[in-house]
Amino acid sequence: MSAVWWTILGLAVATAAVKAAGPVLLGGRDLPERFSGVVALMAPALLTALVATSVLAEGDRWDVGARTLGVVAAGVAAWRGASVVTTLLVAVVLTATLRLAGLP
Amino acid sequence: MDPAGRRSFRTGLRLGAPFAVASFLLSTSFGVIARETGFSVVAAVVMSLVVFAGSAQFAALAVLGAGGGPAAAVAAGTLMNSRFLPMGVALAPSLPGRAWWRGLQGQAVVDSSWAIASRGDGTFDRWLLFGTTAPQLLAWQLGTLAGALGGDVVGDLGRFGLDAVYPAFFLAILMPELRDRDRLGVAVVGGLLALALVPVAPPGVPVLAAGLASLWGLRRRRPGPGTALEAAS
Repeated sequence: MSAVWWTILGLAVATAAVKAAGPVLLGGRDLPERFSGVVALMAPALLTALVATSVLAEGDRWDVGARTLGVVAAGVAAWRGASVVTTLLVAVVLTATLRLAGLP
Repeated sequence: MDPAGRRSFRTGLRLGAPFAVASFLLSTSFGVIARETGFSVVAAVVMSLVVFAGSAQFAALAVLGAGGGPAAAVAAGTLMNSRFLPMGVALAPSLPGRAWWRGLQGQAVVDSSWAIASRGDGTFDRWLLFGTTAPQLLAWQLGTLAGALGGDVVGDLGRFGLDAVYPAFFLAILMPELRDRDRLGVAVVGGLLALALVPVAPPGVPVLAAGLASLWGLRRRRPGPGTALEAAS
């Protein structure tokens, strides 16, 4: 079996295990209120980190470019109540335009 | 499925539709890059079908593309996926049934559906979660197929700004969360923590570490009417 197929198999098993771990081990009972307080804050923490690392970094270094400006503009649109599709269009169109203008 | 569950599922399908458009764009770029990395069309489609986790699939491709082996590719993808661990822990009390059945339901988690199904008080509407994931699951497969088959026609994705789809997608999910001051503070701390770790930690770890910012939720809440108000929001 080739490297590609071993990667697919391994990642499929690992992903399923990661997604199942919490529900299998902890489900079916109520957790303490303080725990819920932490859980409610996980989405903003993890999602902001995802956005920040994909917009302000490239590999293992910080980076600002056309994509950064495109996504910031999309963020402003989303903040002002734009739909998901409109938000994405703002990001794509502005990023592509800036690249056309020579920005990396 | 009870009537309330059916209603939630339908609401989820509607809320998931725009994310499905984003999933399609995202997985199209995955299909193109997979082909460039040496995947056959079948391998690209099978990977999207059995893994169905965007950031992990891209991370694995990056490792293979840089000459890494399958073990390193799986490790990078799994680190990216590690955020599903706290997400699954959060979701766990809201899933009914035996352990294996809860584990199976937990497979339906993707970032957007997890965020949408969160009621904001630590509990989740599971049918809303399933409904929001369904159109994205379909779009993820179709996009991968389109990208894998049509990659040569599309060419360089960066030229069309398609690499901005992924972060803009998460920003769109995030925005409603940031209207609350506590959440905004935790978001800023999490983002800065992740950025600080980027130069020194392996891929995936910065995002996982940002989850630590949520420990702010451990502090004792003010007693009285403020608590009820927060629970309702």
